[in-house]
Amino acid sequence: MSIGSWLRDRPHFLELVYDGTHWLFKRLDPVISWIGYERAEKLITPPEEVGKKVVFDCRMCGQCILHSTGMTCPMTCPKNLRNGPCGGVRNNGNCEVKPEMRCVWVEAYERSLDMPVYGPEMVLLQPPVNRMLEDRSAWITMLTGEDQQVPAGWEGVSQLTILAEDLSVHFPKTSDD
Amino acid sequence: MNAAAPSQEDYISGSRLERILRAGRFAVTAELNPPDSADPQEVYDAALVLSRVCDAINATDASGANCHMSSVAICALLTRAGYEPVMQVACRDRNRIAIQGDVLGAAAMGVKNLLCLTGDDTSAGDQPEAKRVFDLDSIHLLRTVKIMRDQGQYLSGRKITQPPRLFLGAAVNPFVQPYDWRPLRLAKKIQAGANFIQTQYCFDVPRFRTFMQQVRDLGIDQKVCLLVGVGPLRSDRAAEFMRTKVPGVVIPDEIVDRLRKTPSEKKQEVGKQICVEIIQQVREIDGVAGVHVMAYRQEELVAEIIEEAGLLPRPRQPKAPDPDPFTQERKWKRGTEDTQ
Repeated sequence: MSIGSWLRDRPHFLELVYDGTHWLFKRLDPVISWIGYERAEKLITPPEEVGKKVVFDCRMCGQCILHSTGMTCPMTCPKNLRNGPCGGVRNNGNCEVKPEMRCVWVEAYERSLDMPVYGPEMVLLQPPVNRMLEDRSAWITMLTGEDQQVPAGWEGVSQLTILAEDLSVHFPKTSDD
Repeated sequence: MNAAAPSQEDYISGSRLERILRAGRFAVTAELNPPDSADPQEVYDAALVLSRVCDAINATDASGANCHMSSVAICALLTRAGYEPVMQVACRDRNRIAIQGDVLGAAAMGVKNLLCLTGDDTSAGDQPEAKRVFDLDSIHLLRTVKIMRDQGQYLSGRKITQPPRLFLGAAVNPFVQPYDWRPLRLAKKIQAGANFIQTQYCFDVPRFRTFMQQVRDLGIDQKVCLLVGVGPLRSDRAAEFMRTKVPGVVIPDEIVDRLRKTPSEKKQEVGKQICVEIIQQVREIDGVAGVHVMAYRQEELVAEIIEEAGLLPRPRQPKAPDPDPFTQERKWKRGTEDTQ
């Protein structure tokens, strides 16, 4: 229906767009740093907010992990879950809280299966949300490293998984049941 | 899990539940229906019935988002009387500051098992107008308590002089979508710090078998002790209510039909029989370490279910309730000195 949902159903395209934008911002970092992060943030935040709102219904948590969550915004989950679906998903795959809405994480998982680049990152542990970054530009917090700051004890945790090294084996397109 | 009997030092918490599970014994836990009362006797009455037939008693944290006596207070009463509680903590009502404080306090009172939950949404309860918190999710909570326990610090990095010794639990629900993701979510919970798992009500045994097959294929069944959630259905109407109104409960049509065809005076008996059958079936599945009995408003059936499923006697007699809390306090202090 809307351009947002049309795009959301093309997760592989979106992960490539993410990759490109990430590359671009990293390249532009010296320029942005020269302008000053605070000044640049004032310019970047409004278009970032509008763009992400249209495509992802972004909630501006300021620490974007979309590419690790099936290009589906985890903050649109009514429980703000960052690590996967709760146990309350309805039989039809809809949300426990909003019966008319499809579970954000059911969608995230389905989309992650079409994401060869970042799909397997779904199994990584995501740290608690830093509520101080709310309403900030996630691109700027990425450049300043603020989105990488984790609570004490969480350092390196998101890089760990008890599963086999090759995560792609856990993302088969179909199951045998 | 190490099958050889470990010394006290090797235990994570030294809780009875941990000792039983790590000894490779089939564990039984049961849920205590929390009172809507300020009378401690109501907690003790409910606990007395359960303690004779199970290894640990779960104290729920406003499950279904309905207000009852708090889990931390129930645990305080239970540990005082020498019972072994599993304290449930949900992320719905408290932020990370409150939760870390409660965890320390609970450990100070002798709680040794903690079940980390996301929690049912406020909309499921009788006060849906309340603000939902969800500052952390269940995996954040697991890791946070693991950090407090193993690294002796809060999320701020500030030191905890005596870290809490806790056997960490988590919930899984293999019966709801996305099915293929559920074993991976279990893996995340183990990674985050889960030592044991209590599942949502299991009524769909074939679905559960498939889940356990996937868990074994991932090679994670040996990394956690998994207790299967079971419970009796009072009638087909109760079953219908549970599967439509209680978040995450899936009951196959065959079970509801079986109850519907049963004459009303026999319904409760058949509901109990179904529960016993499910216990016997899941017990045979590789990787199942125990059962968790949730008999909402049918506590009187728990003992019969556990007995008829052939799970009695429980290893080690539970301590008799002690009316004098000070004796217990001394025992607890002695216990901690021993381990230092």
